[in-house]
Amino acid sequence: MKSKYIPLILIIIFLITFVIFFKGLKNSNIYTPDTNLKKEIPSFELKSFENDSIVISEKIFKDNDYYFMNIWASWCIPCKEEHEFLMELKKDDKIQLVGFNYKDNFTNASSFLKDLGNPYDIIVSDKDGTASIEWGAYGVPESFLIYQNKIIKRFIGPINNEDLLEIQKIIR
Amino acid sequence: MKFINIFLVVAIILNFNFLKADEIKTENKIAKNLRCLICQGQSVYDSDSEFAISLKLVIKNKIQEGLSEEQIYNFLKIKYGEWILYDPVFNRNTYFLWLLPILIFLAGGAIIIKRFYYKK
Repeated sequence: MKSKYIPLILIIIFLITFVIFFKGLKNSNIYTPDTNLKKEIPSFELKSFENDSIVISEKIFKDNDYYFMNIWASWCIPCKEEHEFLMELKKDDKIQLVGFNYKDNFTNASSFLKDLGNPYDIIVSDKDGTASIEWGAYGVPESFLIYQNKIIKRFIGPINNEDLLEIQKIIR
Repeated sequence: MKFINIFLVVAIILNFNFLKADEIKTENKIAKNLRCLICQGQSVYDSDSEFAISLKLVIKNKIQEGLSEEQIYNFLKIKYGEWILYDPVFNRNTYFLWLLPILIFLAGGAIIIKRFYYKK
């Protein structure tokens, strides 16, 4: 009786393990965060970029407008790459660009904007990076498309021409 | 009187240090349990990336605000998803992962007990 069941049990255990590992083999192990989530935007109170006045998020984001919040820094090389697309997006008057200056100093950031142009309608500065954690951001550059106080799309990394076309399609 | 005053001051300072040490301890514990999402195979505690530095600061602030460890994990889970936690949460996707070792252990135990039983 003993010799009858043990091989069977072993085979079953082996099969189960095999199935689990075989299934696991097909799973991607590269982490890709959700980009299409309708999340409420977190509120923040940050210093304005130009002066030391406090900016409250409720005053920036109003209901029926599209907002494009872009986390950027002058030390970030991919931010330079996406800048031309931000300038392009600025031409659209249906959308407002909010700059989120990440762990940057004023002199470098303002010369960055002077050289490449300033696409932002308003800039806030996140000196220690804690406010960007509230947004669930990974780093720079990262952007959020906001409508009715909800994040409708999220762009991790620099935006490219395709992203730009997609944004223009959404806000049209 | 003077002696009592000095004693009180020293006691307060010592107590304060204990509190601070406790905070740092939980801070590090939480950071060690978090995956640095932009690094490869590093915890937030180990990493010196901008993301990890900010995250450590957030943890520190949250502890000072009086949030418990559990609340901080939940907060980060909402912001970044379950992937940020090193300990997988028990749910539909992971119950096999959690239960399989126990099942194997029980099966092994059953085999051993059976052998003993038959020997006797």
